Formats: sequence, structure tokens, C-alpha cells
Amino acid sequence: MLAESLVLAGIIFVVGTLGVIVRRNVIIMFLCIELQLNAVNLTFVAFSRYVGIEGQIFVFFVIAVAAAEAAVGLAIIISIFRHYETVNVDNFNLLKW
Amino acid sequence: MVVSRSPVASLLFMVATLASTAGIFVILEAHFLAAVQIMVYAGAIMVLFLFVIMLLNLGHEYQRDIRGNIAVLVGFAVTGGIGGLLLRQLEGSTGGLETNLGPGDAIDAALLEHGAVGAIARPLFTDYVVPFELTGILLLVAIVGALVLAKKAS
Repeated sequence: MLAESLVLAGIIFVVGTLGVIVRRNVIIMFLCIELQLNAVNLTFVAFSRYVGIEGQIFVFFVIAVAAAEAAVGLAIIISIFRHYETVNVDNFNLLKW
Repeated sequence: MVVSRSPVASLLFMVATLASTAGIFVILEAHFLAAVQIMVYAGAIMVLFLFVIMLLNLGHEYQRDIRGNIAVLVGFAVTGGIGGLLLRQLEGSTGGLETNLGPGDAIDAALLEHGAVGAIARPLFTDYVVPFELTGILLLVAIVGALVLAKKAS
């Protein structure tokens, strides 16, 4: 059970990483980061059966922080969209020198 | 999900992924987290994403936004490296992971005694009460920050 869960979590994490690297739509990139967080959560839960309940508590905190991060990140995306009228990250070059 | 052109389809695939993960949480004896995953992740956060997609009017944006060949190559190289390292870690633990970690019943006693919610709530409100309260403060800060960021500059 543990090995299968870890393999699945690894696959999900790798797919999320690929999505962050290859996509240009900033919302999809953000969604892929959530996918990575989800893979890590799966690893924590898989190990918590062997190590103790602390793994599940940590997953609880990760979900709460992910919710906060999603709210702030989407607010940033909205305010950037208002300025540039696009969600393509190639056009976000304000901080580029 | 990663290659879907429509953001809304991508988001619905993500919801399916999160729901499937919740099912795996149930199999792994984390019933409370499965419920939280469905309610908070698949429910609240994904609706937030969908709402932003709707607000920015991206629902019918179907042009390809996958990067060029070099970026895709770099992406596959990086993810291949990460995947290889993870696989090597898994292979490296000879004799099976389970035998090294002991029997998979570390939480069975707590689950039997306090139930699925109590097993998490008890340590959460005793040993981990400070991080728990800090999470509450973090959520408050996130609410205020999101409001300030998304507010129209007047």
C-alpha cells in the first residue's frame, strides 16, 4: 500500500512540475502548483499509517496554507490581469531588467 | 489536465484528481482528511479558481499556450530528473519500505479509541495548538491581503 501510494504521489508531483514549466497560462500554472501540494499531501498520509497521526495533522495545515495561498495568488492574478489584460506569463515583464 | 487547452476543462480534471485523492485518503484510513479534501479543496478552492476564470472571461480561450520546443525539452528533462531521483529513493530502500517502518498500525489504536475526527482533533488541540492558532492568523492575513490586492484602486 505504501509503495503504491508513493509511486502515485511521485507521478502526480512530476506531472504538476511539468505543467508549471511548459504552460503559459498563469492560472493553469497555479493549478499545477496545487497539484504538487496534493502529491505531497498523499505522501504524508501514506506515511502517517506507519509513523503516527502527526502526518495527517501536517496535511491539515498544508490544506489551510494552500487555501490562503490560493486566495492571495488569485487576487494577484486579478490585479495583474487588470493591468495587462492577459494571463500569459510571457507578457508579465514588469520585473525584468 | 496539463495539456488541456480550455482552462475550465483543466480545472474540472483537477477536481476529478482531487476527488480521487480523497478516495485514496479513505483507503489509507484518513477519513477526516478525505472529507476536508472534498470540502475545502475540491469544493472551496476549485470554486475560487473557477470564479476567477469566469471573472477574467477565459472560459472560451482555446489557443495553445504550451511553450516552445526548448521549454518542453527542459520541462521533460527536469521532471525526468525529479522522477528518476524519486524512483531511485524508492528502489534504494532494499527489503521493502514496510519492513523498515514497522507494521502499518501506528494510528489504528487512536482511530479505534477516539474515532476518525477525534484522533486528529486531540493532538491538534493539545500538542499542536500554537500552529493551529497561527494558521487562523495566517488565514486572516490572507483574507485582508486578498481584499487589498483585488480591490480596485480608487
